[in-house]
Amino acid sequence: MNREDFPMLDKDIIYLDNGATTLKPKCVLEKMNDYYENYSANTHRGDYDISYKVDLEYENTRNLVKDFINAECLEEIVFTSGTTESLNMIANGFFANYLEAGDEILITTSEHASNVLPWFRLAKKIGCKIGYIPVDDNYYVTIDNVLKSITPQTKVIALAEITNVIGDKRPIKEIAKIAHERNIFVVVDGAQSIPHKKTDVQDLDVDFLAFSAHKMCGPTGVGVLYGKKALLEQLEPINMGGGMNESFDSENEVFLKSLPTRLEAGTPNIAGVIGFGEAIKYLTNIGMDKISKIEHNLREYLIDKLIKIPHIDIINLESDSGIVSVNVEGIFSQDVAYYLNKYNICVRAGNHCAKIIKKTTGVTNSIRISLYFYNTESEIDELVELLSNKDKILKEML
Amino acid sequence: MDPEVKREIIMDNYLNPKNKIKIEDNSYDKVNSNNESCIDNIDIFVKVTDGIIEDIKFDGEACAISTSSTSIMINNLIGLSISEAIKYIDNFDNMVNEKEYNRELLNEAIVYEDIYKQNNRKHCALLPYIGIRKVLEKYSK
Repeated sequence: MNREDFPMLDKDIIYLDNGATTLKPKCVLEKMNDYYENYSANTHRGDYDISYKVDLEYENTRNLVKDFINAECLEEIVFTSGTTESLNMIANGFFANYLEAGDEILITTSEHASNVLPWFRLAKKIGCKIGYIPVDDNYYVTIDNVLKSITPQTKVIALAEITNVIGDKRPIKEIAKIAHERNIFVVVDGAQSIPHKKTDVQDLDVDFLAFSAHKMCGPTGVGVLYGKKALLEQLEPINMGGGMNESFDSENEVFLKSLPTRLEAGTPNIAGVIGFGEAIKYLTNIGMDKISKIEHNLREYLIDKLIKIPHIDIINLESDSGIVSVNVEGIFSQDVAYYLNKYNICVRAGNHCAKIIKKTTGVTNSIRISLYFYNTESEIDELVELLSNKDKILKEML
Repeated sequence: MDPEVKREIIMDNYLNPKNKIKIEDNSYDKVNSNNESCIDNIDIFVKVTDGIIEDIKFDGEACAISTSSTSIMINNLIGLSISEAIKYIDNFDNMVNEKEYNRELLNEAIVYEDIYKQNNRKHCALLPYIGIRKVLEKYSK
């Protein structure tokens, strides 16, 4: 549905790599162009009309994000360059000052590099431990396993709400409840969940949440760091510079602005943030529940067809998102991706930045098909048709 | 060479690669070669005795082009002196990078003569050569 809104869909491609990035609707592109063509000025000036308009539009996106995830106040929404930067700010700006040697950070082996490497570095620097919550046979995180994994040293649980290879959804609300009863913080990587479902941070009661605009019809280079206000107050800025300071005189006299500006040093990605606001409006107009439903139906449709092909191994038969990871028996995933590319089908092959996931699934790499609401059953038919003929793959993959 | 024959040689070396076995033997030098832009990742084990490449094995996961290229490369390098091997590698490198090269020297590796047309696969063909060069240059010093 809504295919006519996406210029990229005129290009005779079948785009099934939405877990990597999504396509952008025309309204987002026009909104960004409008900024560059009609009121291209910096933020936080306001001395002249067009600059005032920039502030209005920029802050309007903050408002839209706040409502989109139901944050309590605008101070809780910080713009970053993406999920990666947000998670690094959380680790290095907050937890670097909070954790002590011997403390434990709990993650899983299915996490994306962005929710692994910042913690690895922190653990090495401070002398913390990294603990792994085991997953069940379907690669799901169960409450039981969370409870078993928590130790008296556990200080933070950092999880993707939906993972990027398996697509399993974690029971974040229940995990947050358990964690908070034990004075453990909960950090959520929302890169793969926020674009696909309704999110209410107050209901989930998470402490920090990170996500990216480009995975939800917005521009690249924009993301969000959400944090409970009291926690963000304690988050030390990683970047110092323009825009975020109130005044300074000497090294002993530096006064910073209040939240959220304090955490947004330098000229931000203004066009990107403004375009992101339009993307949120666009998704909201369709309705997040409807988006989830369409994706779910498309996934069922795809799985029903793939399961009948004997040489296809489906890695995540169970999943709550539009992500389907598969392998063609005896053929390296990248070769299959090259083959599909010959038919203008875009899928991702590899380990999908989840390099320790082999510890979970025993599979080092796969082809990931990731769906979004604008995909269609006929696109899936074409994909399945191409995958169903193994001889053809072997013949044409070079 | 007929494209169909080329394809068959590549597929045969992919599906039934020669010398693909992991070994734990200290008399072999081990080098890892991985492709930063994709997921190819191979270990190459080289045994050099008196300046001659006595044996090469490899192990790992890689695409059809990388795997077959490694299998074919090993077949061509075993028995060569270090300097002959480096000459062979330079020649292959030149072919892939569209420089002047000697067809006669390449044997089966000529099957990759058109790989330059697929920019995203050039590096796959070169991958084992990058790894083994590191080992051989150590001996040539």
